[in-house]
Amino acid sequence: MISAATARKNAPLWVRLLLPRDAPLYQRNDAIMGWLMALPALVILTVFLVIPFLMAFVISFTNQRLISPNPAEWVGLRNFERLLTIRTFTLEPERDESGAYVYDGGSLSYPRLREFTRNNPDYPELDGLREFTSWQSDDNRTVILVGDVVFLRALINTLIFAAVIAPLQGGLALLLALLLNQALPFINVFRSIYFAPVVVSMVVVSLLWRFIYDGHNGLLNTILGIISFGSFQPVDWLGNPYTALPAIMAMSVWQAVGFHMVIWLAGLQTIPASLYEAAGLDGAGAFQKFRYVTWPGLRNTAVLVLIVITIQAMGLFVQVDVMTRGGPLDATQSVVFQAVQRGYDKQDIAEGAAISVILFVIVFTIAMVQRYITREKN
Amino acid sequence: MSYETRERLSLSLRYALLILIAAIFIFPILFMVMSSLKPDLQLLRDSASLRAFLPVGDISLNNYADAFERVPIARFAFNSVFTTAVSVGASILLNSMAAFSFAFLQWRGKAFVLSLIIATFIVPFEVVAIPMLLIANNLPWIGPQGIEIGWLNSYHVQIIPFIADSLGIFLFYQYFRDLPDELVEAARIDGASIWQIYARIIMPIAGPILATAAILKFLIMWNAYLWPLMTIRSEELRPIMVGLQYFFQLNIAWGEIMAYLSMVTIPVLIFYLALQRAFIESIATSGIKG
Repeated sequence: MISAATARKNAPLWVRLLLPRDAPLYQRNDAIMGWLMALPALVILTVFLVIPFLMAFVISFTNQRLISPNPAEWVGLRNFERLLTIRTFTLEPERDESGAYVYDGGSLSYPRLREFTRNNPDYPELDGLREFTSWQSDDNRTVILVGDVVFLRALINTLIFAAVIAPLQGGLALLLALLLNQALPFINVFRSIYFAPVVVSMVVVSLLWRFIYDGHNGLLNTILGIISFGSFQPVDWLGNPYTALPAIMAMSVWQAVGFHMVIWLAGLQTIPASLYEAAGLDGAGAFQKFRYVTWPGLRNTAVLVLIVITIQAMGLFVQVDVMTRGGPLDATQSVVFQAVQRGYDKQDIAEGAAISVILFVIVFTIAMVQRYITREKN
Repeated sequence: MSYETRERLSLSLRYALLILIAAIFIFPILFMVMSSLKPDLQLLRDSASLRAFLPVGDISLNNYADAFERVPIARFAFNSVFTTAVSVGASILLNSMAAFSFAFLQWRGKAFVLSLIIATFIVPFEVVAIPMLLIANNLPWIGPQGIEIGWLNSYHVQIIPFIADSLGIFLFYQYFRDLPDELVEAARIDGASIWQIYARIIMPIAGPILATAAILKFLIMWNAYLWPLMTIRSEELRPIMVGLQYFFQLNIAWGEIMAYLSMVTIPVLIFYLALQRAFIESIATSGIKG
């Protein structure tokens, strides 16, 4: 009779590697089967999630292309520098020999920007940068110069999109959930209807709404015209740089609000009815019940809903690809759309990966903020 | 006003609000289906009035027939049905096997691997899509001419990356973990093998979570867009949503587009209406994963 420890020690190395520490040898069958059953899924997750994720970081420091005869080379932070460089630069008006300002048709005349940003040895830090925006301050002109105008536009649009969508969609979803959270006949019919767009593909929704938003025959203009008795002037919603992004926002809310409504409903149902009864006995009105019973009970749901919407919003792609392709005037460019444009359309995998890494850093930060908020008060 | 009148008024107001909101969700879909039945000219004219939502005028299924003639929609639909069915089936098998192993079997490194899987929740697909494209372009595959390099433009590139996912594993794991241990212990004492316990005892009672996992995977695969957009070039392999965008770009014939939109949407809506409770619960579960 040998002891369990000796039996374990005498087992082949691979068996010992699979067994949990201190587990007796007779459990080896469990350990082997355990590994075998988990293995197929783990291989897929490794090849198509873990490795691509790590590769995104590695590739973003190279000049890798999808198909290229030359091996990729390390380029350090160059991809990130180009994407993220932002500088302010002040142009002073041109002066003549006496030091007086030169006027050009009544307005001040400035040196041309490209004299500073194209191979000017005195300004190496401005080389290759382009104007993002500029404004007048006193007599000087302040210019924001960036390495990649389109990407910065995409980043700002995506952040605006997320910042508007999260409270708007989350808030509307809560209102719908409160409306549905009452015992009325047929209430489930309404729940099913409000949820229906969630199961419709975003590609379908985007194409459908392209027609609804159309400037000539669009349904939205028709309906606004009927409601306003014909005084509404038709708008080309997706063709106008001021309305294109808000139009995509409204459509996205329409498609996804049912999803978050259901999450709110699940949260509402965890609040015990006895709390409402107690509040009622204390003379609380509907608003006070919401303020002192419902809302505190929904705190964690609220954080969850906001984070889920924000992360989904950061992935904005299909709507842009199908409806506007980033236009008009880059008003609807998005981070993922740019990652695909560069990584796939231009086959510049390295730059696409760098954009993916930036996206991940943002999403990761948001998720960490969520952890922090939910942990603190619990 | 008597109490009763006030109650009745408040009730009608609440229903009026519920119905008004329902209209906002239903009308675009109703408009899509109605428009698919109308010739282009009438469609454009009708959208200037509330006739847009009514099946009036020259109603026919011509748009459907024309759409079928213009692109191989049946082929696109077959591709989507095929890739979706295989992915749903395979992902249920792989995810539940892994989850079974995590829930009931002891092996070294399990806790670490499980925490790694949960950590991957915060990696959106969009982040890994671009490097995944590079990987898919360099993976080997055994084809009719022996070993080939590159998975692009194939069925397997649309299926294999999606046959295991951390959310699926986690959903099964959560469900298995809450099952009573006696189930497995009793079977062990009766001499059942591990595979038998998985296949004959655990999976038969995993119905609810199986439905959830299947519905979530179905929606992801049926609606797949970004990945096939990047990996599929030839028409005969194209799934239905990419085919739709392609169809739209050919030239804009709204009646036919509405017919195509209706065709890809109505089956999903019917499926949803038949299984509402399961659909809504699955999606709520997927949202609460964090």
